[in-house]
Amino acid sequence: MLKNNTFIGWLMALPIMAVLVFFLVLPIAMIVMVSFWKATEFSIIPAFDLGNYEFLFGSNVTYRVFFNTFKYAFLTWVFTLSIGFTVAYFLAFHVRSQTWQIVLFLLCTIPFWTSNIIRMISWIPFLGRNGIANSTLISWGVIDQPLDWLLFSDFAVILAFVHLYTLFMVVPIFNTMMRIDTSLIEAARDAGASGAQILWNVIIPLTKPGIMIGTIFVVTLVMGDFITVRFMSGSQSANVGRLISNDIALLAYPSAAATAVVLLLTVLLVIGVMLRFVDIRKEL
Amino acid sequence: MTKVTRRSLLKGGAAFAAGTTLGAPMIWAQNIKDVTLRQFGTGVSNLNDVANKVKEDLGFTLEMTALDSDSVTQRAATQPNSFDIADIEYWICKKVWPTGNLQAMDTSKIKNYDKIVGIFRSGKLTPESSIAQGTAPHTVGFTDGPDGTGFVDHESGWMTLIPTIYNADTLGIRPDLIGRPINNWHELLNPEFKGKASILDISSIGIMDMAMVVESMGEYTYPDKGNMTREEIDLTMKIFTEAKRNGQFRAFWKSFDESVNLMASGEVVIQSMWSPAITAVKSKGVECVYQPLEEGYRSWGGGIGLSSALTGLERDAAYEYINWYLDGWVGGYLMRQGYYSAVPETSKNYMSENEWGYWFEGKPATDTITSPTGDALAQAGDVRDGGSFEDRMGAVACWNAVMDENQYMVRKWNEFIAA
Repeated sequence: MLKNNTFIGWLMALPIMAVLVFFLVLPIAMIVMVSFWKATEFSIIPAFDLGNYEFLFGSNVTYRVFFNTFKYAFLTWVFTLSIGFTVAYFLAFHVRSQTWQIVLFLLCTIPFWTSNIIRMISWIPFLGRNGIANSTLISWGVIDQPLDWLLFSDFAVILAFVHLYTLFMVVPIFNTMMRIDTSLIEAARDAGASGAQILWNVIIPLTKPGIMIGTIFVVTLVMGDFITVRFMSGSQSANVGRLISNDIALLAYPSAAATAVVLLLTVLLVIGVMLRFVDIRKEL
Repeated sequence: MTKVTRRSLLKGGAAFAAGTTLGAPMIWAQNIKDVTLRQFGTGVSNLNDVANKVKEDLGFTLEMTALDSDSVTQRAATQPNSFDIADIEYWICKKVWPTGNLQAMDTSKIKNYDKIVGIFRSGKLTPESSIAQGTAPHTVGFTDGPDGTGFVDHESGWMTLIPTIYNADTLGIRPDLIGRPINNWHELLNPEFKGKASILDISSIGIMDMAMVVESMGEYTYPDKGNMTREEIDLTMKIFTEAKRNGQFRAFWKSFDESVNLMASGEVVIQSMWSPAITAVKSKGVECVYQPLEEGYRSWGGGIGLSSALTGLERDAAYEYINWYLDGWVGGYLMRQGYYSAVPETSKNYMSENEWGYWFEGKPATDTITSPTGDALAQAGDVRDGGSFEDRMGAVACWNAVMDENQYMVRKWNEFIAA
């Protein structure tokens, strides 16, 4: 009887197993396999060759590019978290009526009705040397010379990332905040806690799972991105995604695969470390 | 056997048609209307106007896909069944031909073969001209037979690509923002233009622009810019990496539109550029000059290649298309954008005397010159930057190239971008 139950259990899990094997495990296994292959300019040769990894770890460009990737991820995380948390806090605790909460929340999503690329590219004319930002600042007399660092710089890249991904922070944080039992806050207030103390000792600990989910979204999105970096830095900076896309453009699939494997491991490591801090299962 | 008969029939018909209808192509078979040819290539000549005109003149459908140079190479090399006609550059051909994804074309089926300019046949514009460095089109333009896999150095009767379009490239400048004459390639790295220069991020073309700059600076003279050694590549990259770290460049561009936007918005005042990009900037009412430089031009050429999978009626239609391409309408269209046609004399029939004089002969315009889309590009009295066809194509210093050390160069290029 028990045996039969186990069998049925496996059977029920089969569809999702099949989907995961075909669309997750196999592709990744392929990537790992190809990363050991060799490539000439227009053909890839099955082999077991460590050359791709040797070149990757042997080049100081790789380290610089990984550093850059982490820098973008960290800075974007800091800004999206502070903005996302503030917005979610406002929506959850300051807006009292549920109707208004829904209306304001939908308002936050409006920019996301257009494509990523459009939202990103529309910054370019705005930030340019003769763009709206510079001409406004000049006409106000704040600056005499246009600010060159507004566009095609790390500043522009981070700005675009923050703009693109803040909502991914707002949604999960807002979600966890809505689940906080308000009687806990009342209790804290009754016990004489100040606003800051409530925020620090009650709300933030209870919001951690949401923060963590948002963090995972933002960090993985930024670390895997290449197009934002290319456009906003004017092709002048590189992150790992660009390294991979350059390799693919030049038909160096094995080398791209090797870089992808290293990136995948790095991201998994980062997420693994983050999950040590918070049990997000509570959230699900 | 039946095909041969059919072919000779067609040829006879072609001669007849040429005599009677001024070369207007005829629809040979009703079923050619059902033919769809899939063409892909770089944006320069993948124009919807051409596809529409093909439908009108030849009856069959041409599907166009425009990609950047790297993607074009990639697709031609890896997905031979995804296209029928490859509209590629000669340096791409050097990479793609050995894969066997293209088939050799019989020049006896090309009506205007004898009128194709010398650059694509003997390599010489005029009998006296010398051949520039790099991947000159004639060196990869011929193969030894219908199944040839290598290149031959003479007119063998079997072409790898039928040449369609080419030009001499140089730096584009914004004279209104620079305010002084620019005569040399080394101005690209002049600190005067710090933060206002740009170069294109397509390695095989960018490296040639770099080499022109390095030579012009007097840093080094390459024995062959089109085939550098590792040391030469390192040296070139070192000079440019240093300039990049010093903030010389505003941005790098990869697509045509990016180069237009950089220039038109004033982000950049001097950069590597392509001719129609200049045209596009000008048509926005912004002053822009395709500056001829003392060291000469970096030139490129493109042509049409047929997929090795193409046979039968589709292949006949493709030859039909090639003959139509060289017949002048497209040539005229391209020349009015600032490119050159492989058979200039047929294009003349499709251009006004004023246009021919301005674009080809380097004469002052007698009336307003407009682009194919109708924007005014030059007023009466204006002369084309660089002058006549012979002046421009006669001053080519190098051709876009693929080097023996290409993979090394590409890696170094990636490092340069990431630096």
